[in-house]
Amino acid sequence: MDGAGGVTVASDAVRVVVNGRPRTLERMPERSLLQALRTELDLMGTKYGCGEGQCGACTVLMDGKAVHACQVSVKEVGGHDIVTVEGLARGDELNPAQQAFAELGAFQCGFCTPGMVVGTTALLQRTPSPSEAEVREALEGHLCRCCGYTKVLRAVQRASEISREKARRSA
Amino acid sequence: MTLERPPRPWDRTPPTERGYFEVLGDGILCHVLPRDRTTGGVGGGWSPPSGGAWVHVGADGRIRAFTGKAEVGQGTRTALSLVVAEELRVPVTRVELTMADTDLSPWDMGTFGSRSMPDAVPPLQAAAAGAREELASLAATRLSVSAGQVRFEDGVALSPEGGHRVTYGELVRGLRKTVVASTYGRTTPATDWKTAGHPAVDPAAVDVVTGRRVYASDVRRPGMWYGVMLLPPNHGAELASVDTSALEGEEGVRLLHDGPFVAVAAPTPWDARGALRKVRATWRSTPQPGEPEIEAYLRAHPSHGDHWDMEKLTEGDPARALAEAAVSVKATYRTAYIAHTPLEPRAAVAEWEGDRVTIWLGSQTPFRGRDHVAGGLGIPAERVRVIVPFTGAGFGGKHGGDVALAAARLSKAAGRPVRVAFTREEEFQHGYLRPMSIVDVAAGATKDGLLTAWTFHNVNGGAAGIRSPYRIPNLQADNELSDSPLPQGPYRALAANANNFARESTVDELASLVGQDPVAFREKNLADERLRTVLRTAAERGNWTSWKPNPGRGHGIAVGFEKGGRVATLAEVTLGPDRRPHVDRLLTVFEAGAIVHPDNLQSQVEGATVMALGGALFEEIHFDGGVITNRRLSEYRVPRFSDLPRVEVVLLDRKDLPPGGAGETPMIAVAPAVASAIHEASGVRFRSLPLLRDGKVPVAARTAAT
Ligand code: FES
Ligand code: FES
Repeated sequence: MDGAGGVTVASDAVRVVVNGRPRTLERMPERSLLQALRTELDLMGTKYGCGEGQCGACTVLMDGKAVHACQVSVKEVGGHDIVTVEGLARGDELNPAQQAFAELGAFQCGFCTPGMVVGTTALLQRTPSPSEAEVREALEGHLCRCCGYTKVLRAVQRASEISREKARRSA
Repeated sequence: MTLERPPRPWDRTPPTERGYFEVLGDGILCHVLPRDRTTGGVGGGWSPPSGGAWVHVGADGRIRAFTGKAEVGQGTRTALSLVVAEELRVPVTRVELTMADTDLSPWDMGTFGSRSMPDAVPPLQAAAAGAREELASLAATRLSVSAGQVRFEDGVALSPEGGHRVTYGELVRGLRKTVVASTYGRTTPATDWKTAGHPAVDPAAVDVVTGRRVYASDVRRPGMWYGVMLLPPNHGAELASVDTSALEGEEGVRLLHDGPFVAVAAPTPWDARGALRKVRATWRSTPQPGEPEIEAYLRAHPSHGDHWDMEKLTEGDPARALAEAAVSVKATYRTAYIAHTPLEPRAAVAEWEGDRVTIWLGSQTPFRGRDHVAGGLGIPAERVRVIVPFTGAGFGGKHGGDVALAAARLSKAAGRPVRVAFTREEEFQHGYLRPMSIVDVAAGATKDGLLTAWTFHNVNGGAAGIRSPYRIPNLQADNELSDSPLPQGPYRALAANANNFARESTVDELASLVGQDPVAFREKNLADERLRTVLRTAAERGNWTSWKPNPGRGHGIAVGFEKGGRVATLAEVTLGPDRRPHVDRLLTVFEAGAIVHPDNLQSQVEGATVMALGGALFEEIHFDGGVITNRRLSEYRVPRFSDLPRVEVVLLDRKDLPPGGAGETPMIAVAPAVASAIHEASGVRFRSLPLLRDGKVPVAARTAAT
């Protein structure tokens, strides 16, 4: 249903690129990106935890920066590039954050993990070797109700190591 | 992989009529029949019955095990798979464990009370060991050796010198044989474990980090609609009148109005909510106590309901002993109502097929959920299947089945699958809470620091943790339950949080009255050897004796035993210049028998320790007129990274003891340890949780208590 190929697009249709794929969202400009992802695009990796920007479970990348999908409307993401947790891996190759969380088992119920992994990805893009204080600050908006924060801290450090190793290998 | 439905749920069908192989294919099936369904004692000794287990080794080489327990984030899926893998001598990735599917799983009372390991490990071990013995006798014939000579390795049976080998799949080809493991013996002792008890990566980790894992709130069925219920604006409200005329003739909306049950379903969640807003309802409310009256209210309203959660212990003559004690203390401790706040709110999806309904429900009690739905619909339980997908945690908060029943009713009315999920605000307002506890304590000791007298009475909170680990010759310890105006229910560790806070704070105070070190005082009075070891370990690892008194800093220690586990927590606190305390360090030492899955246990204990910090320091439900007034995450504070102390966990592995549960007990010593540390840092003794009502410690008055 993307607008290409002569298909008429409703006037309130919003075009957005999600995980590298152009998508059109119709009749829901006022809805949140979170609702659009979960009900229209069937991307369930982005979770609902609060709907008010307090828990980070809905974190996605918008043009490479972490945003709360529950806090931006469909209208506002028009023309932007969105990456959800489903779009982080390249085929079977996990990104460094995903690899680190999986390797260390840095989750319990895992409901916060997609958001944590996306948040970590954004952090490492900005700050490839964050200090513990920087990690805590960057992830302050991410709740883990299973309270697995200690392992998350370790996983972020491990993710940073993995991405540096990768960079070295490809250099 | 959802297996096909058997004609009737297996737990409600006699074992010989289950038709296991129609669903699972050729192979052998070993099952353990339920232990008797009695409910044991009360209070601390209470233990729910177990429904057994079954294990299928298929001709296709697959190994399937079944348990009624649910995975709600506590990590038992991997831990339970490990014990099956151990007995069948295969890597853990070979085991496919079906959990909490009421058509296929053994009946189970629920996933709570730290019972998953003690309930599910023995029958799964026995069923898997029984299957292995059957494989041994099949292999013996095939390899022309005696059953005792058969070796197993990685899913293959071998002759003694390894020259001949045959896979499990080949051994059971063409068979449809059921064996009953009648004993709980012949399982592998923990000291011989090669798979269980060793580090294991969660085989499903990739699904978690890629967002592929399907949680209850992620279940989508073809043609599914979204449902919402009309819910009362406050507790104590009843529907007086309802006008749904605005929805008459509305396209694409299905309204269901059946007595007090009013709900709508629509193609999108926002259409459903929009439609519900057009329903006009009026409510009849009875006046509800507010926060200032709540304690008096609970004391004055004993409950006459279901009284399984009661304890009454008496010994000697506590009144006289108290009067004669060299030192004594008397105080009332309070813990607030708090909310579980699992990150995933309640969610259910229902789908009908003929006269049978399947419900995917985030739940800790799938079988009770099944009964709740069947009862609500007036149909036999056989026609209801509840499947618990992965659940974004529970902490005791996901026992109910209301969203399941609503989804089932709406789905039937709409003729299509319907999903009902709570918003965060609904989760706060319409879920249930951890009960408020009021604990009246009086205790006395000799001048040498021997406990002699103890009276302890919990109002409303519950019985857990009332039993004392100390030797006290004169004692009266009991509880009463109240009719709470706010809905309340189970919570991780239940009243053990409140009761240990009260007990350990009291012990601390007595130790200081006789001028003794809190660790030495406890060691002297503890009756439980395992707990003494745990306490000593904490004192050693925490360098208890080398602590240097330091203005504005404090350290504290507390212990507890519950649900078969033993715990000691050591806390270190710094009081900031603004009198805001920061917990710098929490050290938890924990022992619960043999360790099955060390990494997961570590996560459980770390998580419990930090979660408990929320209830200790700042979590508190506020309410007025039956309305929860802080029902958002911006208003209800839970631990975040900025609250995170240095957390250290020490696990003691007792391979000579059966594996116990670990979900709850690691929480119970945190609050008293932190309170004791704050006392040392500030001179203020807190007797209420949360400790910091406004985030700060008041300036100490001579007899300050808050
Ligand atoms: S759901 Fe968006 S921050 Fe919680
Ligand atoms: S692992 Fe459960 S919320 Fe983080």
